Amino acid sequence: MAWETVIGLEIHAQLATRSKIFSGSATAYGALPNTQANLVDLGYPGVLPVLNVEAVRMAVMFGLAIGAEVAPRSVFARKNYFYPDLPKGYQISQYELPIVARGHLDVVLEDGATKRIGITRAHLEEDAGKSLHENMGGNTGVDLNRAGTPLIEIVSEPDMRSAKEAVAYMKKVHTLVRYLGICDGNMQEGSFRCDANVSVRPQGEAKFGTRAEIKNINSFRFVEKAINYEIARQIDVIEGGGKVVQETRLYDPDRGETRSMRSKEEANDYRYFPDPDLLPVEISPATLAAVRAALPELPDAKAQRFQTQYGLSPYDAGVLTASIELADYYETVVRELKGEPKLVANMVMGDLAGLLNRDGLDIGASRVSARSLAALLARIVDNTISGKIAKDVFLAMWEQGSEADAIIQAQGLTQITDESAIERAIDAVMAANPGQLADYRAGKDKLFGFFVGQVMKATQGKANPARLNELLKKKLSG
Amino acid sequence: MHLETVAGLAAALKGRKVSSTELVRAFLERIQAAQGKLNAFISVEGAAALAAAAAADRRLAAGDAGPLTGVPIAHKDIFCTAGTRTTCGSRMLANFVSPYDATVVERLKAAGTVMLGKTNMDEFAMGSSNETSWFGPVRNPWDPKRVPGGSSGGSAAAVAARLVPAATATDTGGSIRQPAALCGVTGIKPTYGRVSRYGMIAFASSLDQGGLITQTAEDAALLLGAMAGFDPRDSTSVDRPVPDYAAGLERPLAGLRVGLLKEFFDAGLDPAVAALIRAALQVLERQGATLTEVSLPNLPLSVPTYYVVAPAECSSNLARFDGVRFGHRCENPRDLTDLYCRSRGEGFGAEVKRRIMTGTYVLSAGYYDAYYLKAQKVRQLISQDFARAFGAVDVVVGPTTPTAAFELGAKTSDPVTMYLNDIYTIGANLAGLPALSVPCGFAAGLPVGLQIIGSHFSEERLLNVAHRFQRETDWHRRVPQEWR
Repeated sequence: MAWETVIGLEIHAQLATRSKIFSGSATAYGALPNTQANLVDLGYPGVLPVLNVEAVRMAVMFGLAIGAEVAPRSVFARKNYFYPDLPKGYQISQYELPIVARGHLDVVLEDGATKRIGITRAHLEEDAGKSLHENMGGNTGVDLNRAGTPLIEIVSEPDMRSAKEAVAYMKKVHTLVRYLGICDGNMQEGSFRCDANVSVRPQGEAKFGTRAEIKNINSFRFVEKAINYEIARQIDVIEGGGKVVQETRLYDPDRGETRSMRSKEEANDYRYFPDPDLLPVEISPATLAAVRAALPELPDAKAQRFQTQYGLSPYDAGVLTASIELADYYETVVRELKGEPKLVANMVMGDLAGLLNRDGLDIGASRVSARSLAALLARIVDNTISGKIAKDVFLAMWEQGSEADAIIQAQGLTQITDESAIERAIDAVMAANPGQLADYRAGKDKLFGFFVGQVMKATQGKANPARLNELLKKKLSG
Repeated sequence: MHLETVAGLAAALKGRKVSSTELVRAFLERIQAAQGKLNAFISVEGAAALAAAAAADRRLAAGDAGPLTGVPIAHKDIFCTAGTRTTCGSRMLANFVSPYDATVVERLKAAGTVMLGKTNMDEFAMGSSNETSWFGPVRNPWDPKRVPGGSSGGSAAAVAARLVPAATATDTGGSIRQPAALCGVTGIKPTYGRVSRYGMIAFASSLDQGGLITQTAEDAALLLGAMAGFDPRDSTSVDRPVPDYAAGLERPLAGLRVGLLKEFFDAGLDPAVAALIRAALQVLERQGATLTEVSLPNLPLSVPTYYVVAPAECSSNLARFDGVRFGHRCENPRDLTDLYCRSRGEGFGAEVKRRIMTGTYVLSAGYYDAYYLKAQKVRQLISQDFARAFGAVDVVVGPTTPTAAFELGAKTSDPVTMYLNDIYTIGANLAGLPALSVPCGFAAGLPVGLQIIGSHFSEERLLNVAHRFQRETDWHRRVPQEWR
């Protein structure tokens, strides 16, 4: 039987505010345990939450960026459950009236087609702290530095039909929140993580199958693996005559499998009710307009502009706008070079991307700055070096941290464009290879490449290729 | 001196007729002497009080004293006080030392008052008789066999026995007004949002409001002016100027429209109390107030509505007492569940547990709509009833409680009987309205309170009416024989 997969994602993005959502504590990552937890974060008797308006502004930005409705009035609610890293015994979240509802994002699939993924809602909430089990001498430690960190939970419609679609959507959200500057997107530190709701149903069936929720997946690769594992597991269960049970599962990246955490029966009754300590959040039309006016250029708009302004293919424009830093880098190089957008695109997506990838670096940590890369490409444009030599120079720049001109000069890589020098090299090669010359003249055209190679070898690759071709053709034909 | 009001003491201190140190010593002695009989205090902070009094005396001598500098007061043990124990009347917090001052404490300290100690109260402010306190019941100074009312029973008994001239208190369903009535003192619950709740340990956040128990309306005006006002640390506090309450006290009552609350004169009302209320209203009429009857048809639903909303909020507010970070923790927990169950099981008393369970139930899936949501709707209707009434009258009046003080143990076996003692006070909490209780006579030797409820932020008017009433009567000056 053919099976169809149905996936919905709940993405938690940590908002990049300086202080927590309901207290003045800092949100910086990596501080010593409990050094960024004040009395409000600790849930001390008598303390009260006060909403951080910056978190609200960021949520509104997100809502506007996904074409959603931003609620003029939204309400914080308490989600009640006991856990040591949840100091108050409830999490302040939004339930019936979230700040953002009914938006969407368009994602480009592998076949180049565009698919619209619905976003049911996005709401503000506070993060919990962390329970520490290691090096605690058999006890459990509680670190409340993260408690009260602002999150936006982005809930999609069950619109995705494969793990790849889910990853494409998650990447799109990741790109967007980083464009908006509302989340640093750091997945290792847990700033951007997701829960995946996965079910399968027979192809053509209208009713959804029973879903399992896979909790807290913190990398794109794990999302794909976890979903694919889960799809296979569910199909196995059904084909083996069993039934998928509604449950919460955890993905174990070491074993590459998901396993049951708790069933629906064991699920908490969270007893949500409006938090009487906080007033409803009201967003006036004026606030909305001000936030809208301050929105940066969004990924789709930027990709569109890259196609029209730089003549790039949709694919190249998509790659170059995948992060705002990469797009900025690209545009800086083009601006410095005063043109050659395709040459720049090839270099950025080829050699630069390759070395970044090899060294596990982000564009922000590139060893060659946009300005330096522009200086290198300028030497191709002015025929000082060939594109092939440029690749070597770029590698040298990356490894040594020096500038293109210094390397070209030190290694004597300046391209030979002087005709007499090239002619001398051609003459020497012809004289040294009389047999090949005779064969070529007898009609063995393929040997042209041989002569190009020999001349390049003799000039250490510095002969201007176009000039060489031209002169060689003339000389060989006698 | 111990019979003096806050206003009188402040004047004496200013006139250097007495020092703060002398006052503090005298009141501390009275507190010590009364503790075995009344149990009005949970903690007495003698050393700190004397140090603060000495500082106040220096300021008085230097001539840079504020209006309340050197005046001794007490705080209900629900307000967090930095460096001293704040128990909320519970075993759960029996050894809890707060690291910070509540806004109310901070402001009254800034105004110059000297805190003598923390008054006894029903556990987590849940009770109407002060019998749920982990630290034992408070006794009514008018008759030690009887309760002082609750939950601010310690504050009311302390002021009634003149152990302190005034004390802070809180009111969620009548916890200021009911004990004030039962102890023969003045109690004001301000408008919800008038006084910051920061540092006031939460029982039911949408109903809790800090206020005062004093001898007179004038004292309440002086102290309320110092503690009220917007606090950026409490989102539900209202950013609105605080009037000079004392300035409006003498305003004549001519033209005041008084609405007699029909629903309060029900079958449960003791006829002796009813007679005292009617007599009290004549005092107002004689000063030119006009009396009409008003009806609030949904008001009889107050008690069931309250006992859904308040427990719901308390079940969530009290979840933080889990034995993990502060408060009572059981010995040798086996695991996390055991830690939770035993810490909370041992730390909370029966009434608190009853309300946590009720609240958990009404918020549960499948019951939320039938209980919590419905109660919120009824709450709206009650608010609308009041709003309608205030279209026709300036204040509404009635008894504070159906009866005078009852005996200890009389209502502990049936919680509902106990809950019904708040039947006349709960409405103002549900609607967020300011209300006060002033002594208006004695029934069989026990004090009775007249309740005056106003529209939102009408504290000035309420204090004015109460003050004009107190100018014509002396019920508020009566002190039990033993405590004169």
